[in-house]
Amino acid sequence: MLADKDRIFTNLYGFGDPGLEAAKKRGAWDNTKKLLELGPSEIVEQIKKSGLRGRGGAGFPTGLKWSFMPKEVKERPHYLVVNADESEPGTCKDRDIMRHDPHILIEGCMVASFAMRAHACYIYVRGEFIREREALQRAVDEAYAARLIGKNNVHGWDFDLYVHHGAGAYICGEETALLESLEGKKGQPRMKPPFPANVGLYGCPTTVNNVESIAVGPTILRRGAEWFAGLGRPNNTGTKVFCISGHVNKPCNVEEAMGIPLKELIEKHAGGVRGGWDNLLAVIPGGSSVPLLPKSICDEVLMDFDSLKAVQSGLGTAAVIVMDKSTDVVKAIQRLSYFYKHESCGQCTPCREGTGWMWRVMTRMQKGQSTPAEIDLLYEVTKQVEGHTICALGDAAAWPIQGLIRHFRPELERRMAERNKMAAE
Amino acid sequence: MSLRRLAPDEMQPQSFAFNAQNEARVAREIAKYPAGRQASAVIAMLWIGQEQEGWVTKPMIEAIAARLSMPFIRVLEVASFYTMFNLIPVGEHLVQVCTTTPCWLRGSDDVVAACKKHIAEKPGEISPDGKFSWMEVECLGACVNAPMLQIGKDFYEDLDGPKTEALLEAVRSGETPKPGPQNGRRSSEPMGGPVALKEVQ
Repeated sequence: MLADKDRIFTNLYGFGDPGLEAAKKRGAWDNTKKLLELGPSEIVEQIKKSGLRGRGGAGFPTGLKWSFMPKEVKERPHYLVVNADESEPGTCKDRDIMRHDPHILIEGCMVASFAMRAHACYIYVRGEFIREREALQRAVDEAYAARLIGKNNVHGWDFDLYVHHGAGAYICGEETALLESLEGKKGQPRMKPPFPANVGLYGCPTTVNNVESIAVGPTILRRGAEWFAGLGRPNNTGTKVFCISGHVNKPCNVEEAMGIPLKELIEKHAGGVRGGWDNLLAVIPGGSSVPLLPKSICDEVLMDFDSLKAVQSGLGTAAVIVMDKSTDVVKAIQRLSYFYKHESCGQCTPCREGTGWMWRVMTRMQKGQSTPAEIDLLYEVTKQVEGHTICALGDAAAWPIQGLIRHFRPELERRMAERNKMAAE
Repeated sequence: MSLRRLAPDEMQPQSFAFNAQNEARVAREIAKYPAGRQASAVIAMLWIGQEQEGWVTKPMIEAIAARLSMPFIRVLEVASFYTMFNLIPVGEHLVQVCTTTPCWLRGSDDVVAACKKHIAEKPGEISPDGKFSWMEVECLGACVNAPMLQIGKDFYEDLDGPKTEALLEAVRSGETPKPGPQNGRRSSEPMGGPVALKEVQ
């Protein structure tokens, strides 16, 4: 188990006060000026060395992303945009950071903005998190009042931080949709290229990072890239906040080392699967978008990007959704299909039409109103949606169904046979 | 996608104006963005307008479009795209029940049943006393505290059928129950106390 001294979010549960004084006692804002004295290039270099990969789902190396920003500021200002549009079903980690440890995030924004030569940063908070954005705004106001941020602050880098909010659209968690939304438009993703590092917010160089990726930055710099890289496994380093929901005895969030075995994570922190490990049916290991894993894989799999990719799933946001043997697994995935149908922005035809089509077929399959040949047809359609849309929402809608067919095809066929038998009687 | 349209003309009020307090909030929102980029404040303004009126009206959209120098259709697009904007009137307390898979696994069906019993059979229908309406929503992002619902600004978490019924009755009688987990835990730590972060508490 990760030692408490190696945990970054020491007030994750909110037992301590989220305010500035308490946050300082926990180590936030401790000589931030010294971190900035490293200089932008060295900060990016350290983040690269730490092996930090983006915590928002895709796992892109954070330092590398930062290095895509232009090295000098010309006529267009640079922006940092923090993605706090946490909406991936199963995921509720950024919420805890914003309401319980906001100063860690704010300091991270300052340091990352400096590294990318940005004087302004927007934090895009999902609309439903009203109390969370109030908590974050309180912390931002405190930081301004203490001249930790703002014009002529004590760190010598003019830096403005704004809390922006959405109004209920999952798609705005996609970085270019988020930028569109931040500009006051519908949240419909943009084509890439151009990438945001060239043409982002208001047409200016912009980097969009997840809350957790930004918040861990100062601690990495303080304790050293080697410390972070020493946790977890090669190419999958550091700590990660896991969200364990569903059929466990004690659902919870917890910061653990990357690469922790799934079974250990569930048993140690979440009180085990309801009814014992043998009562496990399947786990969705990384938020609703990744394919589920049957128990046989869950027995051994490690929780990191590469291990989960190797079993045709993904770490995603590290939101572990546990299903015990009482679960109607087809209904569980059908409900996700409805989610994607509801959240498709409607821009690309394969996704707009495909998500509705897949949901309707899944609804029939849940009741067994289908034929085995349709399973292949459904799989074929998921393959036609996947990879044929501007953003990854189409992929995200296809993957859970592909996972279901891959691992639970006999269950789908059993329902069809049962229904046929009943109809014949 | 969901099809969302403005309420019919006969339901629309004649006019809209932000009250003085909300004018100040609007000014703060617009000031967050660079000159010429005031359209960025459109979501915040629609939200403030909805807080004031309870729902998003056509005159409100017109007033915001004029204020931000945006065409009416651009603001209408935003109002209809983002599902938190209520385009028809809702109850005094809007109850939003999360029914996405993590909540469903932990019994959101019982929470929905409690809403049907204590508010109205159909989502969107205003309860006979006018105090409530309820709707199913997609993942609200409190999955380790499932099942849960949102009333106004607050999340009520770790619910079940009876707890939801008690919660709704308390709100009906004018109380403001304490938001957050309803089963005695602090927030997202495991029930009975954390395994991690024991030393630093």
